[in-house]
Amino acid sequence: MALLEVERLTKQFGGLTAVNDVSFRVERGEIVGLIGPNGAGKTTVFNMINGFLRPTAGRIRFKDRRIDGLKPHKVCRMGLARTFQVVKPLRRMTVLDNVLASSFLRFPARAEAERNAREVLAFTRLDHVAHVVSGGLPLGLRKRLEIARALATGPELILLDEACAGLNPAELDESIEIIRRIRESGVTVLIIEHHMKVIMSISDRIVVLNYGEKIAEGTPKEVANDPAVIRAYLGGEAAHA
Amino acid sequence: MASVATTLTRHRLALGILAFLVAVPFLPVLGTSYMMHILILMLMWSVIGMAWNLLGGYCGQVSFGHAAFFGLGAYTGGILYHHLGVSAWWGIPAGVVVVGLGALVIGYICLRLRGPYFALGTLAMGEVLRVTAENLEWLTEGTRGIMLEQRTWVAKEPYYFVILLVAAAAYVVMEILVNSKWGYYFVAIREDQDAAESLGIDTTRYKTIALVVSAVLTGVAGAFYTCYMGYIDPEIVFALHDVSIITIMVVMVGGVATRWGPLVGAAIMIVLSELVRTLPYVGTAHQTLFGVLLIVIIIFLPNGVVGDFHKIARLLLRRPAAAESGGA
Amino acid sequence: MIQLEVFLQTLVSGLLLGGLYALIGLGMTLIMGVMKIINLAHGELMMVSMYIAFWLFHLLGVDPYVSLVVTVPVLFVLGVAIQRFLISPVLKVDSILPENQVILTVGIGMVLQNLATMLFTSDYRSTPVDYASDAWYLSDWWRSSPIELSFSVPWVVSFAFAVAITVALWWFLQKTDTGKAIRATAQDRDAALLMGVNVERMTLITFGLGAALVGAAGSLFIPMYYLYPALGGRFTLIAFVITILGGLGSTQGAIIGGIILGIFESMTATYVGMGWAPVGRFLVFVACLIFLPGGVAGLLRRR
Repeated sequence: MALLEVERLTKQFGGLTAVNDVSFRVERGEIVGLIGPNGAGKTTVFNMINGFLRPTAGRIRFKDRRIDGLKPHKVCRMGLARTFQVVKPLRRMTVLDNVLASSFLRFPARAEAERNAREVLAFTRLDHVAHVVSGGLPLGLRKRLEIARALATGPELILLDEACAGLNPAELDESIEIIRRIRESGVTVLIIEHHMKVIMSISDRIVVLNYGEKIAEGTPKEVANDPAVIRAYLGGEAAHA
Repeated sequence: MASVATTLTRHRLALGILAFLVAVPFLPVLGTSYMMHILILMLMWSVIGMAWNLLGGYCGQVSFGHAAFFGLGAYTGGILYHHLGVSAWWGIPAGVVVVGLGALVIGYICLRLRGPYFALGTLAMGEVLRVTAENLEWLTEGTRGIMLEQRTWVAKEPYYFVILLVAAAAYVVMEILVNSKWGYYFVAIREDQDAAESLGIDTTRYKTIALVVSAVLTGVAGAFYTCYMGYIDPEIVFALHDVSIITIMVVMVGGVATRWGPLVGAAIMIVLSELVRTLPYVGTAHQTLFGVLLIVIIIFLPNGVVGDFHKIARLLLRRPAAAESGGA
Repeated sequence: MIQLEVFLQTLVSGLLLGGLYALIGLGMTLIMGVMKIINLAHGELMMVSMYIAFWLFHLLGVDPYVSLVVTVPVLFVLGVAIQRFLISPVLKVDSILPENQVILTVGIGMVLQNLATMLFTSDYRSTPVDYASDAWYLSDWWRSSPIELSFSVPWVVSFAFAVAITVALWWFLQKTDTGKAIRATAQDRDAALLMGVNVERMTLITFGLGAALVGAAGSLFIPMYYLYPALGGRFTLIAFVITILGGLGSTQGAIIGGIILGIFESMTATYVGMGWAPVGRFLVFVACLIFLPGGVAGLLRRR
């Protein structure tokens, strides 16, 4: 039984079909990449998995239970966390407080929540800025904080939405390492990313979307050599990374 | 024992202010009837300000209709007195129930709206209640209003201590909430509701909690108002400008999402009101002044006196330095 | 037969009222669509225009319809000034609550209303023109009509002007470069910026335009309505209901919304009672916010 099963997922907005008949699975312990040119529908897929959008058709199963149409907070309670492309931390609060807020989900008592928050901060190498007000952090650390907030909810599957966009090479390496450690700690990862370097180096499998449809799926090597994928990107993305 | 001591030291400012306020009626210059009246108004508006601050400042839901809750509380007391002949003070406990239920209804309608639409929705709610109170004459006596034939006390001091108690209780409630798990959830909702929802926070539930607590506190202030002033009518207690907007001003002038903002804001607004009222030609201009004050605060001190205190400090400290360099 | 006559008369009144309401709603929907700003001082702007028209009438004998040449440009300039000096700065300020600009417009409204009270007192004012109580009758054209309908002259003239202005606005938005730039900014601000549209300028012009429209409405309303400083609030609310009912940023929606509201109010006044009219407005407003968030425009788009 796969951890996450997306079955014939479709989303229509009025006359526009954003996602059309997309199916894929994510097995426990994998890192699966979701790629595609801009506008391919990747974030829409995330929004449906996460509960922000109701699919027009199709089913989503998490831990063998249907979650399509469930409200996002319920989905999170079940163990599915998600980061956003545009990071908006609680900017007037410290990094520790930001993660603390998410920790309360599994640890209602303050002391335990704090302990959990500190563990997550250590895990994401943010402990040195624990008491810094998050609004003043540079982008790289804010993106990491976004991941930390999601991890603090104790998920089994984490959806990372462009967690590496806008990072410099050093920050990128750190992020890759953190994502690997997330998987090692037992959390499955589904990641949307434009950075080919990141996706190719960490993904076990990659799902490729274009114009809302799945055009390829396989190991990084298979996908890189797939003519449909190359056509979709027109060689542009390879140069981008 | 140690934790009680640490809690007390942490709140020494609050305790100091409380001690001072308790002593005021017994002090020579400050213990006058007029001063009591001013302080009673300040404390009442602090309560309403703290209530609004919880929902608006901490939880980010800006209500333009707090008059709805104030009026509901006021009329609960008034109607109990007028139709059932009981003391209007019963309006306080009864108001908790009535206003709480009203808040659930208003919340059900309005909390699904985001940002400015929530503001407009609550504005509409306040006005609907006002017009309803004006028209349901069999219940509210319409625009004639309800008058208490006999006020409980002649002197101001007892009322002062009642509202002081309410304000202290409101302060304690706020402190507990803001520093608890709920407090974190409120701020998370304010900063980014979608992210909060994705992090497992049931935003509808917590917004409703903030709304109900905020409403009930405001309603208690309303019920107090009935007992203290002795006369209410829809134009007064459900007033958009004189209640809802003043509430917003109290918190914005003082400082949104700060501990002392509402009290500072209430003090400033009441003092300004009195000043404007007593000056000869300026009398009718109080709305203009408030409007200008609001505009100035929004543009220059958006986080209020307490929140943007560093800006004020910088402004005040710059002048003497400039004078020095000017002379040299 | 009487029932039918009453109904049709109410319908006619509602339609004429709706046409004027549409003008008010158009101003607000433009502002909301382009600038994403909620202008709670909209009604007060109309009040300013009505006072201008009033004083022009009483001091210089200028007919309210002629005063349009003054009120429209003056309100345009006032709108641009408010946008440039008050609203623009606020949008750049960092504060905890994003609702600051709404509160700012409340402050502006308060100042305008109170200044009017101080300068002109809260006495009811009116412009009693000669033709104020004249009317055209259905029986004037259709001699043997079974029912009688009356068409009040000022209402019809105001309605005609409102229609003319609306058509002019439509032409402006659809056919001129500036109009298209405004529509582009409303659709997607960043994209417009990237395509070379001077977004800041468009914002200024739009606010001015919105104010000018409501200024025109003021001149058109004063022959029929009593003027006093506090009437701003009523019209701000009307503008909102129309904007929400019609669909945010949709000019067609505002027109339809205005007419629907006009007819609804007319019906409420005739069949339910005058005192409840404001509540009716609010209930429509809230019902729209909840059940029809896209407004009428949303409905039309779905087809």
